[in-house]
Amino acid sequence: MKQLMQGNTAAARGLYEAGCFFASSYPGTPSTEITEELAKYDEVYCEWAPNEKVAMEAAFGASLAGRRSFCGMKHVGLNVAADPLFTVSYTGINAGMVICVADDAGMHSSQNEQDSRHYARAAKLPMLEPSDSQEALEFFRIAYDISEEFDSPVIVKMCTRIAHSQSLVETGERKEIPARPYEKNIAKYVMMPGNAIKRHPVVEERMRRLAEYAETSPLNRVEEGSDNSTGIITSSTCYQYVKEALGDKYPVLKLGMIWPMPDRMIREFSGHVGRLVIVEELDGFIEEHCRALGLQCEGKSLFGYLGELSQNIIADKLGVPVHSGVKLSESVKIPARPPMMCAGCPHRGIFYALKQAGCTVLGDIGCYTLGAVAPLSAMEMTLCMGASVSALHGFSKAGGKNAVAVIGDSTFMHSGMTGLANIAYNQSAGVVIILDNSITGMTGHQQNPTTGRNIKGDPAGKIDLESLCRAMGFGRVRVVDPYNLKECADALKEELSAGEASVIISRRPCALLKYVKHNPPLKVDAEKCKGCKSCMRIGCPALSMKDGKARVDSTLCVGCGVCKQLCKFGAFIGGE
Amino acid sequence: MTTKNIMIVGVGGQGSVLASKLLGHLLTSRGFDVKVSEVHGMSQRGGSVVTYVRYGEKVYSPVTDKGQADFIVSFEILEAARWIEYLAPEGRIVTSTQQIDPMPVLTGAMTYPENLLHEIQNTGAKIDALDCLTLAEKAGSPKAVNLVLLGRLSHYFPDIPQEAWQKAITECVPAKFLDLNRRAFELGRNA
Repeated sequence: MKQLMQGNTAAARGLYEAGCFFASSYPGTPSTEITEELAKYDEVYCEWAPNEKVAMEAAFGASLAGRRSFCGMKHVGLNVAADPLFTVSYTGINAGMVICVADDAGMHSSQNEQDSRHYARAAKLPMLEPSDSQEALEFFRIAYDISEEFDSPVIVKMCTRIAHSQSLVETGERKEIPARPYEKNIAKYVMMPGNAIKRHPVVEERMRRLAEYAETSPLNRVEEGSDNSTGIITSSTCYQYVKEALGDKYPVLKLGMIWPMPDRMIREFSGHVGRLVIVEELDGFIEEHCRALGLQCEGKSLFGYLGELSQNIIADKLGVPVHSGVKLSESVKIPARPPMMCAGCPHRGIFYALKQAGCTVLGDIGCYTLGAVAPLSAMEMTLCMGASVSALHGFSKAGGKNAVAVIGDSTFMHSGMTGLANIAYNQSAGVVIILDNSITGMTGHQQNPTTGRNIKGDPAGKIDLESLCRAMGFGRVRVVDPYNLKECADALKEELSAGEASVIISRRPCALLKYVKHNPPLKVDAEKCKGCKSCMRIGCPALSMKDGKARVDSTLCVGCGVCKQLCKFGAFIGGE
Repeated sequence: MTTKNIMIVGVGGQGSVLASKLLGHLLTSRGFDVKVSEVHGMSQRGGSVVTYVRYGEKVYSPVTDKGQADFIVSFEILEAARWIEYLAPEGRIVTSTQQIDPMPVLTGAMTYPENLLHEIQNTGAKIDALDCLTLAEKAGSPKAVNLVLLGRLSHYFPDIPQEAWQKAITECVPAKFLDLNRRAFELGRNA
C-alpha cells in the first residue's frame, strides 16, 4: 500500500533500496532528514561529518573501497565541498557515489538563495531533480545505476518543497550490492597534472554520452496538451505548480535530468509549440540553455529571479484568472512574528553581556544568529559557517577595536578551527566565544564531534574544546555559564583588555534537550515590580508587560533566572 | 473532484506537526491523493508556522496558494488573521481564541490588534472560535489543543465517519497519550 512520506524520507528509502552502504553528511536545512532517516536502517553505515567537504571526501573513499556511498548537504554546504566535487568529476568512482544538494528558494532557513544547478554544469556532473516523494525515492535509486554506468558521481538536487513535503510513495525492497574490488589505479585516482590532463577528455566524453542518455531516458518526458499555442519546459516543484495551474492545457516537457540537458528533445518540443515558456525558480538555467540552442523563449522576464513560485503566480502570468483571497480591513496592523531564541536559551545571557559591553559582535550560522534580532540586536555580521572567527582576525588586524567572534560548537568544528589557527599563527588580538550548547541546534539536535555521541546517539569520540584551543597556542581559555550575567560580563571585560587573543567557552546545553532539567517557572511580586522594563531588554518570549507590571508565562518559563539578575527591585521570585 | 485545502497555522512549538500528520493519515486512509507541506529550521523557533494539507483525486502542488484554503485551522487568533488571504471565498476558519504576543508586541514596538475576531468576521469569512486551551486543559494537558481543533474540524467532514477519525488518532498518537488525545478530540467535537 502507498504511504505518505516526506521527500527526504523517500530519498533515504531510495538510497536504502539501492544498496547504499556508507553515508556521511553534515546537517543543513532542508537536507538534514535524509541522513537521519537513512541512519534508521541498520544495513547502512551513517555518520555526521564535521563538515560537507569531509563528508564528500569520506563518501569518495567508501566508493573507492568498492561500496555504494552517499553524502548530503544544503546548497551552501556544496560550496564547502566544491573542492572535492570538481575533481571527483575527473577521477570518477569505483562503486556508485551519489551526492544530494538541497536548495532553499525563499530562504526559509538559509543565508542566501543560490541556485545549485550551476554546479552540475561547472563541475561537469549529471544532476537529477525529483518533483515529489515517489520520484525522490526512484531518482536516488536510479542515480546509482547512472553513477556506475558512466563512472561518475551523480548529484540529486532537492529543494525545500520537495524535501519537506509529504506525498504518496510505493516502496520496494533493498538490493544488496556486493563490494566491488578495490584496484590500484594511479592514472585514474591520483590527480596531478600529468594524470589529470588525461582525465579531462574522459570527462568531456562522459558528458557527451550522458547527453545522449538524457535524450532517451524516461527521466525526461513530454506530456501532451490540448493547446499547442504554448509549450512549457519545467522541472522539480515547478512542474507541480504548472500542472496545478494549467492542468493538461499546454504540452509540458518535464526534465527529471537537469544536466546534461536533452538538446534534441528540447528542439523537437520547441518545434511543436508556438510560444516556448520556461518555468523554473531562481536562475534561468534551462532558459539560458535554450537560448544557447538558438531557441526563442520566455522565462525570467515573466517569473523573475527571486524566491519561490506557486500555482497562482504561474496562472496569473499565463493568463488564467485566480481568486484573490479574503482581506482584512487596512486599519488592522498585523505584527510580524519572527523566530526568536527560546525561553531559557543559553545564548540569551551571553548576548546580553555582549550588548552591555558594547562589543562589535561578528556572528556565525546557527540559532544564535537570532542574537541579531531586537531587542538584543547584538550581532553585526553573519556571512557563512566559520566566518566569525576568520573575519575577527581581519577586523582586528585592520584596526577594528573591541570585537568578538561568536560561533556555536558544531559550527566551530565545521570551519571555525581553521580561522582560529590563523589567529594563533598570525597573532591578532580578539576574543573568540564558542557558544557550546552541546548540540547542533538549529537543524533539530544533531550530534557533533564535541558531544561524545554519534548519529544514533551511541557513545563516540569527544573532542575537548579547551584542550584543542590550548594546543593551538591560546594561553587564555576560560569557561563561563551564560545563565550567570556577572560571570559573563567579568570574563568579557578581562579578555577584551588582555591585549592578546583569547577563547571564552560559554557552556550550557540547549534548553530544549530532553535530558536538561529545568527550574520551576519564576513569579513576579507585583508589589516590588516598578514596571521599569529592565527585564524586557533580553527578549525572552516568556516575559511580557501587563498593566504596567512584568508578567511571566508559566507555560514557557524554564526558570533560567536571567531576567531575575536584571531586576534591581528583587521582583522575581524563584529560579533556584 | 477539485483539490481541497486545509491550512494549519500557529506559533512554532504549538503542535501543528501532529495535527498535519493525523490529517494526512486520515485522508490517505480514505483513498485520496494527499500532499502535506511544512517548513523546518529557523522559522520553528517561536515564529509563525504554516502547514498545508491538500487532498483530492490527483494533487499536484504541495502548497496552498492565496484564495484556496477551504479551512484554516489556527492555534492562535493573530495567526488566523495573518493567513486570512489564503482563505477561499467560501472557506472557513476554525481557530483557538488563544493569544500569544509576538516579539514586537512584547517589546512594546507594536500592539496586539484589538477585536481581531470581529475584524475577521467583518471580512465575511466563516469562523468557529473556541477556547481550545481551556478545553485542552480540561482534557488533561494544554498541549492537546491540536486534538481539540481537529475535533471541531471533524464536524465539517460529514462523509468521514467518527470511527475513521478514531482510527487515525490511535495510529498517530503514542499509546500513553491516547486517552488524553481522545478526550481532547471529543471535547472539540462536542463544543
